Amino acid sequence: MHIAVCIKQVPDTKNVRIDPDTHTLVRQGVESIINPFDLFAVEAALKIKDENNARVTVVTMGPPQATEALRDTLGLGVDDAVLLSDRAFAGSDTWATSTTLSAAIRKMGDVDMILCGKQAIDGDTAQVGPEMAALLDVPYATFVKKIDLLDGNSIKVIRQTDEGTEVWKLPTPALLTVIKEIGEPRVPSLRFKMRAKKAEIPIWGAADLGLDTNCVGLCGSFTQVVRVFSPPRRTDRILIEGSVEEQVERLLQYLKQSRVPGI
Amino acid sequence: MDYFLTEEQKMIQELAAQIATEKVRPSRAKLDENDEFPWEIMKTLAQADLFGLYIPEEYGGMGGGIFENCLAVEQLGGACIGVATTFAASGLGAYPILLFGSEDLKQKYLPQIASGKRLAAFGLTEPGAGSDVSGIKTTAVKDGDHYILNGSKQWITNGGEAEIYSILAITDRSKGARGASFFVVETGDPGFSFGKKEKKLGIRASATRELIFQDCRIPKERLIGREGMGFIVAMKTFDKSRPGIAALGVGLSQGALDLAVEYARKRVQFEKPIISFQAIQHKLADMATKTEAARALVYSIARFMDSEPNDVSKVAAMCKMYAADVAMEVSTNAVQVLGGYGYMQDYPVEKMMRDAKILQIYEGTNEIQRNIIGQELNKEYGRMKDTFF
Repeated sequence: MHIAVCIKQVPDTKNVRIDPDTHTLVRQGVESIINPFDLFAVEAALKIKDENNARVTVVTMGPPQATEALRDTLGLGVDDAVLLSDRAFAGSDTWATSTTLSAAIRKMGDVDMILCGKQAIDGDTAQVGPEMAALLDVPYATFVKKIDLLDGNSIKVIRQTDEGTEVWKLPTPALLTVIKEIGEPRVPSLRFKMRAKKAEIPIWGAADLGLDTNCVGLCGSFTQVVRVFSPPRRTDRILIEGSVEEQVERLLQYLKQSRVPGI
Repeated sequence: MDYFLTEEQKMIQELAAQIATEKVRPSRAKLDENDEFPWEIMKTLAQADLFGLYIPEEYGGMGGGIFENCLAVEQLGGACIGVATTFAASGLGAYPILLFGSEDLKQKYLPQIASGKRLAAFGLTEPGAGSDVSGIKTTAVKDGDHYILNGSKQWITNGGEAEIYSILAITDRSKGARGASFFVVETGDPGFSFGKKEKKLGIRASATRELIFQDCRIPKERLIGREGMGFIVAMKTFDKSRPGIAALGVGLSQGALDLAVEYARKRVQFEKPIISFQAIQHKLADMATKTEAARALVYSIARFMDSEPNDVSKVAAMCKMYAADVAMEVSTNAVQVLGGYGYMQDYPVEKMMRDAKILQIYEGTNEIQRNIIGQELNKEYGRMKDTFF
């Protein structure tokens, strides 16, 4: 079984600053991390590998520095990594990203399962997974918290939605986006880390993927980010303190005073 | 300070630091409060390949030495020496087999210890024999293809949790110091059981338990080395393991120093952060200097020992004794810097101070270390023909 995991490098939000003038993220000097949800996807793949005869390949699209993120996943026990890097990929929106990633999956040829994090913590769109599934014409399930292999050709997954839990059976190949309940990411092992240090990571560009440069990057994007801003801070907040009972009492009083309908 | 570590050594340090920060630090208070054995963390350390750092590759280890092991132990010790002692004690149990075991014993046990699948432990201390090892009463009597052990061991780290025990027993009392031998005893051997689990001042995440042998029958092949080598095996094992204890001390000192400096920068009294007062600065300066001195000593001695020199008892004792004393002093002063907060269990420094005390006691008390250093000096200078006057 061959599992492909798509990951993304994102700015470490623990240390993110907002430029007071432009209201955009200050990316300079901010360390990059692997999108935390993607680490859950890597963990999900490695868990399957722990108990089955499976090969795990991690793929990311990004600048050459993104090899470091790939190397980190090799340290966790991932078998292979591929970097998709080309000047033509710059400025990709989710559609262009999905186009590029799905071309890479197609190039790998034998992928039985594609795993992604449920969303990236920088863009928060949660679009790339489902878009890839559409482009690859495979079934998909989002917000997956458990994966069971059935026979060679199908899987059973448990989805966590706002309404409750759903159990789905999907034929493979299939694409899944996973949530943190899938399991805490493991720590690296020394042997894998040593191997990762020496590993050769292939770089695939637009030509390697057979992609027209007009279909990727900024040219291949349907959306453009015109402006990024923080919503204005609301100042009319009050903090209710005290025991739970007191808090409920005060909240009710406040709602009554504010003439909220239904109270 | 740059200690010019190799890429591989940096990797070990990084990995151990990651586990210390992500896994040990968040759980240390709970482990301490509940006297809870850190099985989850041991599994993580096993999965990270850290249990076999000092074990040769042919026995499933990483092929490193004492220094590599010290680097990992130091990082873990920075978060909790209860957890780090549990980890290090498996090494103490492994060394007799690694140094003196038959090829069969090595093939059988070292890969299990290196992979962390099974923990090891070392059993020497008895109710009547601590610093005076010759006072041990546990006996091993040969009976055909077996040895039969009788007696008990006290305060055995990893007791009840480990599955592989290196045990010292008297095989021939008439031979005195040459009458003791080491054996491998496994959990489940007939006649081998555990007594009470001790309640301790510190390192409460580590299990300390009594081992009981009642006509415990083990195959004769479990003898480590030859009959009568027991005390030599014990001494050589301690030589190898003492830098690890020293590394625990360095880690603990660094952990306490980090907390003290961070706190002193934030804590405001008399309208200033307390780090601006010389009374605090001087304390922190001494803590930092002694921690670095201990580290420099441990690193250089561990590296020296990995070059396989002949006689290492003196230097092994020096680093254990010094780093343990520094850890006690630095952690006590960290509590002082944090004042009332330092004394409360809400902050981790009181635990560090409670934990530090054991470093001056176990693996040979610091008094015994000074004895060793003193005796070695006497021998060394006795061999010299020149005078310094």
